[in-house]
Amino acid sequence: MNIIVFIKQVPDTTDVAINPETNTLIREGVNSVINPFDMYAIEEAVRLKERWGGTTTVVTMGPPQAQEALREALSLGIDKSIHLSDRAFAGSDTWGTSLILSKAIEKIKDYDLIICGKQASDGDTAQVGPGVAAHLDLPQATYVRKIDTVHLDTTPNVIIVERLLEEGYEVLELQLPALITVVKEINEPRLPSLRGKMKARTAEIILWNNNDLNVEKDKIGLDGSPTQVVKIFTPPHKEGGRIFKGEPEEIVDELIKEIKDLL
Amino acid sequence: MSGIKILLEKCVGCGLCVKVCPVNALTLDKNKAVIDYEKCTLCGCCVESCKFEAIKMLRKIITKDDISSYKGVWVFAEQRDGDISSVVFELLSKARELANDLDTYVGAVLLGNSITDRAQGLIHRGADKVFVVDSENLKHYIAENYTKVIVSLVDKYKPEIILAGATTTGRSLVSRIAVNLYAGLTADCTALDIDREKKILIQTRPAFGGNIMAQIISPNFRPQMATVRHKVMPESDVNISRVGEIIKEDFNENDSDVRIKFLDFIKETIATVNLSEANIIVSGGRGLQDSKNFKLVEDLAEVLGAAVGSSRACVDSGWIPYSHQVGQTGRTVCPKIYIACGISGQIQHLVGMQSSKIIIAINKDPDAPIFKAANFGIVGDLFKIIPLLIQKFKEKPKSLAV
Repeated sequence: MNIIVFIKQVPDTTDVAINPETNTLIREGVNSVINPFDMYAIEEAVRLKERWGGTTTVVTMGPPQAQEALREALSLGIDKSIHLSDRAFAGSDTWGTSLILSKAIEKIKDYDLIICGKQASDGDTAQVGPGVAAHLDLPQATYVRKIDTVHLDTTPNVIIVERLLEEGYEVLELQLPALITVVKEINEPRLPSLRGKMKARTAEIILWNNNDLNVEKDKIGLDGSPTQVVKIFTPPHKEGGRIFKGEPEEIVDELIKEIKDLL
Repeated sequence: MSGIKILLEKCVGCGLCVKVCPVNALTLDKNKAVIDYEKCTLCGCCVESCKFEAIKMLRKIITKDDISSYKGVWVFAEQRDGDISSVVFELLSKARELANDLDTYVGAVLLGNSITDRAQGLIHRGADKVFVVDSENLKHYIAENYTKVIVSLVDKYKPEIILAGATTTGRSLVSRIAVNLYAGLTADCTALDIDREKKILIQTRPAFGGNIMAQIISPNFRPQMATVRHKVMPESDVNISRVGEIIKEDFNENDSDVRIKFLDFIKETIATVNLSEANIIVSGGRGLQDSKNFKLVEDLAEVLGAAVGSSRACVDSGWIPYSHQVGQTGRTVCPKIYIACGISGQIQHLVGMQSSKIIIAINKDPDAPIFKAANFGIVGDLFKIIPLLIQKFKEKPKSLAV
């Protein structure tokens, strides 16, 4: 079973802070990490490979420093890594990004399953996974919390997955090749092994630019992206709240006095 | 040539853009900002931050086709087993406002099986036209089939705006539709307005876990598509004297995607109210100390008619299923009232709930970060406070929580 995992390098949110004077994000010294949801995608791919054989490939799009993320994925047991990097890709919104990623998939050709994290922690859109599925016309299951069964002995091959919803979950059967996005509940990611780290340090990272992918330039980057960011601002700060201290009976009464009109 | 550049004659070297850049692509050299094009992702944060208009972003305008022929504000009427999701009524009230500003109609798109009788209810809630596609093959939400149907409706009727709830269904579905239509899509909006001069949709959404807000437009593509968060807009009222048009379209059975099959749906939440639809959420954290103490949180939720949430710690300890987890790796919620019991308030939790209208925190540690996010904080022992709250709320008539 050949599996492709898409990952994104994001700023570590635990480091994100607001400068109260300028009201802007403080970025100095912020670490970059693999998007937390992608860690579950990586782990699931490695587990499926351990059970069913095949090759795992991790793909990311981003500036040169995104290679750190690829090496980390390799240290966690992924076999191959591909870095998509080109000035022409910069400024792409989710439409353009999912087009570029789908062109990479077409170039990889031989695959059974694509796994993504449910969304990235910086943009929070959850649009790129289904977007890639749409560009490639693949069946999709988003918010997958469990892969129940894999049937590689049937024609066509199928997987049965549980998809997390607001009020429960649904069970879906998908023909392969397919694309799934996964939630945290699906597994517990392992830590990198020492051997994995050693291997990752020297492993080859395949670099593809737009000469390799040939994406129409009119459809990507700033020009081809349907959406434009026109303004970025920090949300108005919450007024300092009221803090109640003292005897439990008294402070509970005070609180209820404050909120009774809201209930 | 499209891209970004510093206008050296305007740059005063204040360095604000350097601080704002999320990818550290800006530095100061000889008191002028310099862009490292290897790192720059053209996100535009710096353009907005510059007080001197010294950073310019250029783009070529690509217009898909005649956008003036697109009319109408559509709402995807999400339903399960015929029950229309409450977010649809919120979208209809917003769609009404937008349609009035644009001088056009409100459309609702209703897909399902034996669903036609629900169309009138959508008209009562503010739709002028309801596009109904009633077919056995649309009984269950299957992204591939729903996409096909809605894409063909859009090709035929050309709406200028499409709104859907930012639910697990809405987000997955419209992502697919937007790609097929080559249309702009903005996720998880918390505000929508019309630029009356340009007649375009201005979409406001949180990013970086709510630490910043972004305004997004899609001026040259149609339809303009957005998913919208639950509970940020009021529901439209029911007016049974409203009239509208019901337009029926067919779904060809042969078009049904054979590659994906719905097998089962299993309901699974301990409280009857689901987190994203709840007006009040009571959440428990590590301060509860033991799984059996989660009952306190559940009891408080019950008297308030609230949903039950949890911090990551409790889920990882197996005290409560993952579906209740609020925060970065769980759900993002924005109820009217969020009551955090024994939750310290790490940033990963805060990003999932800081948009709540009123936050009440109960914690014994006066320095817990949750108090910074709270409108009302109680410093005290939750094992004393919660039972008192339950007792007091029981004395009052049931709230208007649901």
